[in-house]
Amino acid sequence: MTGRGQARTLGRPPLVLLVPGVLAATLLVVPLVTLVVDTPWGSFLDELGTEAVRQALVLTGLASAATVVLCVLLGTPLAWLLARVEFPGRALLRAAVAVPLVLPPVVAGVALVTALGRNGVVGTLLRDTTGITVPYTTTAVVVAHTFVSMPFYVLSVEGALRASGERYDVVAATLGADRWTTFRRITLPLAMPGLLAGAVLAWARSLGEFGATITFAGNYPGTTQTMPSLIYQALQSDPEVARTLSMILLVVSIGILAALRNRWLTTP
Amino acid sequence: MADDPVTGLVADVRVEGRLDARIEARPGEVVSVIGPNGAGKTTLLRALAGLVDAAGEVSVGGVSWTRPPRLVRDRSLGFVFQDQSLFPHLSALDNVAFGLRSRGAPRAEAARTAGEWLTRFGIDDLAGRRPRELSGGQAQRVAIARALAPAPDLLLLDEPFAGLDVGVATALRIELARHLASYDGIALLVTHDALDALTLADSVLVLDEGRVAQTGPPQEVAARPRTEHVARLVGLNVIGEPEAFRSFSPSAVTVSLTPPAGSARHRWHGTVLSAAPHGDAVRLLVGGEPQLIADVTPAATIELDLTPGRDVWLSVKETAVETYARRSP
Repeated sequence: MTGRGQARTLGRPPLVLLVPGVLAATLLVVPLVTLVVDTPWGSFLDELGTEAVRQALVLTGLASAATVVLCVLLGTPLAWLLARVEFPGRALLRAAVAVPLVLPPVVAGVALVTALGRNGVVGTLLRDTTGITVPYTTTAVVVAHTFVSMPFYVLSVEGALRASGERYDVVAATLGADRWTTFRRITLPLAMPGLLAGAVLAWARSLGEFGATITFAGNYPGTTQTMPSLIYQALQSDPEVARTLSMILLVVSIGILAALRNRWLTTP
Repeated sequence: MADDPVTGLVADVRVEGRLDARIEARPGEVVSVIGPNGAGKTTLLRALAGLVDAAGEVSVGGVSWTRPPRLVRDRSLGFVFQDQSLFPHLSALDNVAFGLRSRGAPRAEAARTAGEWLTRFGIDDLAGRRPRELSGGQAQRVAIARALAPAPDLLLLDEPFAGLDVGVATALRIELARHLASYDGIALLVTHDALDALTLADSVLVLDEGRVAQTGPPQEVAARPRTEHVARLVGLNVIGEPEAFRSFSPSAVTVSLTPPAGSARHRWHGTVLSAAPHGDAVRLLVGGEPQLIADVTPAATIELDLTPGRDVWLSVKETAVETYARRSP
């Protein structure tokens, strides 16, 4: 039956649900509408063309693309291990993987500095052995983005791997397939929707990443200044520019949402 | 049973609390595995395949699968699962080709061989279809073809006709009989159906509570069942005595409302549990010690008012009872 027909027979929604519901919707919608309305559309294209914006856009694009690639290459095997292999501490590892989901990004940044900073545990070792220092480089941006995006990817893929089940792994084994063949030809194709959703989530998280990046990589135009960092900087000097830049990210976000609408926006 | 066990299957497998069974079979032999639910039939197949941890030994064609232990993928076997378990993202052809490619066949050759198998099962026109576009019977044909295509030494079929319509199952049973006749490996067929056990198999292995209760040619097992389950499957009454089993047909049973006169040896008192049409007769299930089945005429059913709950006496003439030793000779 349609919702409309049910509303007629079951009565009107009670105010105690209606009022908070409308308030919530207002809170979500109004800031976005005002952003769209107040964006200085006249200078929109001019702003897009400035050196700082161009650099930040390119860096954001590259960093988010690199992040997705790293998530897929490293996160897929991790998700498989969590979903398919029993090892001591698996539950603990799964919990650890999920921590960056709820960790304040600035704390993530501090953690990265502690590990990979010039005087960090791993950072010192890296500098002494290879001469490489990570902080305040584009690499640091990618590392920070990967750190905060990976959990989204891994948990999404692990869920998909669990859903497709070990059943087909067993069938493949009875047909003589080794685990790599099974992963490649059976497990991965069956989990593909989860992989795609995870990649989009990771990419979206990377696009908006600010706190960990600015803490670990800084805010240098051309090397570590991504769109969110540029917006933050612009807001302190020229709010109009900040609004224009925000608008660009909003459009990209809505694009992602549109890509995922079949997954989350369709009502059952 | 196995004249030349070196080339056949010799297995002695134990799964804690579920199974302790020994089985031997010759190459080309089809063994049907029957027994009540929970008797360990599926566990036996999974133990042979290496899908459950099992103690004991399995050797096929003179090669041990357990010393040293072989991974599932290194055992030359085909497994037909109850629910088919076709790979949902692969076409029928690719499903059948999967095992061939896993075992090293080049892509083109695997596809060609898989196509031949689909042709053999009369479903070559469905080669491009995904499993969800196949009917139950078609999917089960693909599953059997997939298991047979790599020419395994051991074929394990776990209730391949379960969940299929009766007509479909009958057609598939006839086809499977043909394929098994030309298959030179060993086939183990788990079934709930006496017809499968009797028509498809060269020998029958009866499992009961995880142990082998009886083995032998189908006719022998059907004529002289040693478990109540098999007796019911083949429609016989069987009574276990300390040294022997005694079996008799339900049509040899006389039903009366008063204790029958004459020889007192074969008479029992019980309550009618159910009455259902069986061919031209009505088959009664009578609860008592033991539980027995009796076939009576519809006229007698009405005359004696043989409805559930009715107290009756059953008797059978000594000449209608077959007696055989408890242990296989």
